[in-house]
Amino acid sequence: MKTLETTLRSLRESGRKALVPYVVAGATPDWTHHVEAAVLGGADAVEIGIPFSDPMMDGVVIQEAGLRALERGTTFESICQELESLETEIPLVAMTYYNIFLHYGLRRTAGRLHDVGVSGAIVPDLSLEESDEWRAASGDSDIATIFLVAPSTSRTRMRTVAGLSQGFLYASARMAVTGAASDQGEGERVVSELRRVSDIPTYVGIGVSTPAQAHTTAVFSDGVIVGSALVKIILQGASPTDVESFVRSFRTALD
Amino acid sequence: MDEINAMGQPDHRGHFGGFGGRFVPEALMPACVELEEAFRDAWSDEEFVALYHRTLREFAGRPTPVTPLPRLSQRLGLRIFAKREDLAHTGSHKINNVIGQTLLTQRMGKTRVIAETGAGQHGVATATAAARLGLGCTVFMGEVDTKRQELNVFRMELLGATVVPVTSGSKTLKDAVNEAMREWVTCVADTHYCLGSVMGPHPFPWMVREFQRVIGAEAAWQLKELGVDVPDAVVACVGGGSNAAGVFAGFAETAAQLYGVEAAGGAAVTSGSPGVLHGMRSLILQDEFGQVEEAHSISAGLDYPGIGPEHAHLADTGRATYVAVGDDEVIGAMRLLSESEGIIPALETAHAVAWMVREAGGRLPTGSTVLLNLSGRGDKDVAQVRAMLMEES
Ligand SMILES: Cc1ncc(COP(=O)(O)O)c(C=O)c1O
Repeated sequence: MKTLETTLRSLRESGRKALVPYVVAGATPDWTHHVEAAVLGGADAVEIGIPFSDPMMDGVVIQEAGLRALERGTTFESICQELESLETEIPLVAMTYYNIFLHYGLRRTAGRLHDVGVSGAIVPDLSLEESDEWRAASGDSDIATIFLVAPSTSRTRMRTVAGLSQGFLYASARMAVTGAASDQGEGERVVSELRRVSDIPTYVGIGVSTPAQAHTTAVFSDGVIVGSALVKIILQGASPTDVESFVRSFRTALD
Repeated sequence: MDEINAMGQPDHRGHFGGFGGRFVPEALMPACVELEEAFRDAWSDEEFVALYHRTLREFAGRPTPVTPLPRLSQRLGLRIFAKREDLAHTGSHKINNVIGQTLLTQRMGKTRVIAETGAGQHGVATATAAARLGLGCTVFMGEVDTKRQELNVFRMELLGATVVPVTSGSKTLKDAVNEAMREWVTCVADTHYCLGSVMGPHPFPWMVREFQRVIGAEAAWQLKELGVDVPDAVVACVGGGSNAAGVFAGFAETAAQLYGVEAAGGAAVTSGSPGVLHGMRSLILQDEFGQVEEAHSISAGLDYPGIGPEHAHLADTGRATYVAVGDDEVIGAMRLLSESEGIIPALETAHAVAWMVREAGGRLPTGSTVLLNLSGRGDKDVAQVRAMLMEES
C-alpha cells in the first residue's frame, strides 16, 4: 500500500478525524510559513495548490489566489524548490490541473513530487477514464492518486472510483466548484453510499467553511478538507499566527 | 479500430487518434455520459434527424446556396465557389449546431441551456434557438468582450437571454468557457451546456461536427449540380473549428485537399503544443510552464487558444493542412470579397479569403477549383473595421 494511505488509515485507527487544509502555493511570498502554521494548528495533511491559468473546478477565492501566484511568477518548479526547504512530518498532497503535470512530463512530475516530500496528488480534471498513464507514472514514485466522488456519481461508478483512489477518497459535498457554502450539502448521503462499497478513508470537501460545519461533517466521515475559507483569510493578509489559530479552531471542533 | 474513415466516429472514449477524450471534474462525468447516450440515440432516430433538418429548413433558411464567385476567380486565377453560411439565420453556421443541441436538450427533458460566447455569434445563435423552443438561456461572455460587442449583448437580451459578464482570468472567451463549465456543475440536472464549437469533452467535438456536417453534405451535391465532381481544395477558417469540421466532413473521403486557416495570434496547430484544456486533449497555446496563453486576433471568433481535437488529429495524420494568417492581411481580403462579389464576409471568414489570395498560384495552383466555406457575414464587424480604417488614415 502507498505510504500516504498507510499513514491515513492508521490515523483513522487512532480515532482521530483528519483535518486537511488547503494552501495555494505562491499566492503570498510566505506561503510555506502558512503551511507550517497549518501543521502547528493541528492539520493532519496539507493540500498544496499548484496554480493553473484555467482552474475549471475552482470558485472565485481560489481563482484569485491562483492568479496572484501566477502573477508572482510561480511555476511547478519554483514550488518544488520551496517545498524542498519545508520541514514537516505530515503528508503533503499536491492539487492541480492535468496540463501542469502533462507539460512537465508525467514521470518527471511524479519523481519530482516524491523528491520534495509530496505523497499524493488530486487532479480534478483527470477523469478515471483518462488516468492510466498518470497512475502508472505516479505509482512508480509512490505518489497516491486521489479521486473525487460527486453527488452525481452513480453507485456503480462509485465502486470503480473508490477502487482506484489511493490515500483517501475526496467526497464532494455538493454540485459546485470550490467555495464557501452555508448548508451541509449532500456529503452525508455521498459518504454513506461510499461506505457500502469501500473502506478507504473518506474526506469531505467543497464548501466546508466553518468549525461547526467541520464538526457535523466529521460525524459521518473520516475527515474534512478546508479550502476556500482558509485561502480567503490568506488573501486578506493573514499572518502565519492567524493561520495557525484558524486551523486550530477547526481542530478543536473535530476533537 | 473504431475509426474506419477519415472523419468517422471517435473511439469509445472519444479519442481522435491521440486527441480528444474527457477531462472534466467527476461531477460532470455523468452529464457527459448522459449526453453521449442521448445524442447517439437521437442521431440514429429518423424522427429526430427529420425534425432537425425540418427546423433547419423552415427556421434557419437551409439549404444555403453554393455561389460561384466569377470576379474573384478571375482576379486570383482560380475557380472559386462559396458555401453561403452567411445566409443562414443569425448570419453564420453557428445556428446549425445550436438547433441540433437545443432540440436534443428538449429531448433530454431539460429546460434550460447555458453557453459561452466570444464575439457573441454563438451566444446570439443559442439565444435564438432557445427562444424558438421556449428554453431558458444564460450566456457567459468575457467582460472585455461584452464591451467590445455591446450590440450582440443587446441582441441576446432582446431574445430573452441573460448575459453574464465573466470577470475571471483574462475576461475573454477561454474564461467564459471555464465559467460556463463551473455553472454547469451546479445545474446539470435541468440544464444543457450548449458548447459553441467542436471542442470540449467527448461527445461535444463529435456531436458538434455531426450537427455541422450538413454544410459539407449540402455543398457536395450542390457542387455536383454546378458541374464540379470534387473540388481540388476546400478552405475554411478555424477558431475552435466547427465550420471547418462541418465542411471537411463532406469531402474527407474525396481527393480534395482540406485547408484550415487559423488566425496567427490564435494558431493552435501552427504555434501550439499538446495539452489539456476545457475538457479535451488537443493542441493549445501555452507557455513553457503549461499555463494557457491568451489568443490575440482581430476577429473575436478566432480568439481561442485551442482547437478541436479532431483537427489536431487531422493535422497529425496529414489529411488536413492548417495554416495561419495575420491580422494585417484580413481587412484587405474583406474588402476584396466585398468589392468583387458583393458579399461582406465576417472577419473570421476573411482569414480564409486572405489565405486564398496569398496562395493563389502557389498551394492553390492556377486553374484549380476551390470551395470556400463562407462561414458568416460581416455586418457584425463593419463598425470595428470602420473605426480601424479611420484610425489608420
Ligand atoms: C462567422 C464565423 N466564422 C468562424 C467562427 C469560428 O468558429 P469555428 O472555428 O468553430 O467555426 C466564428 C465564431 O464565432 C464565426 O462567427
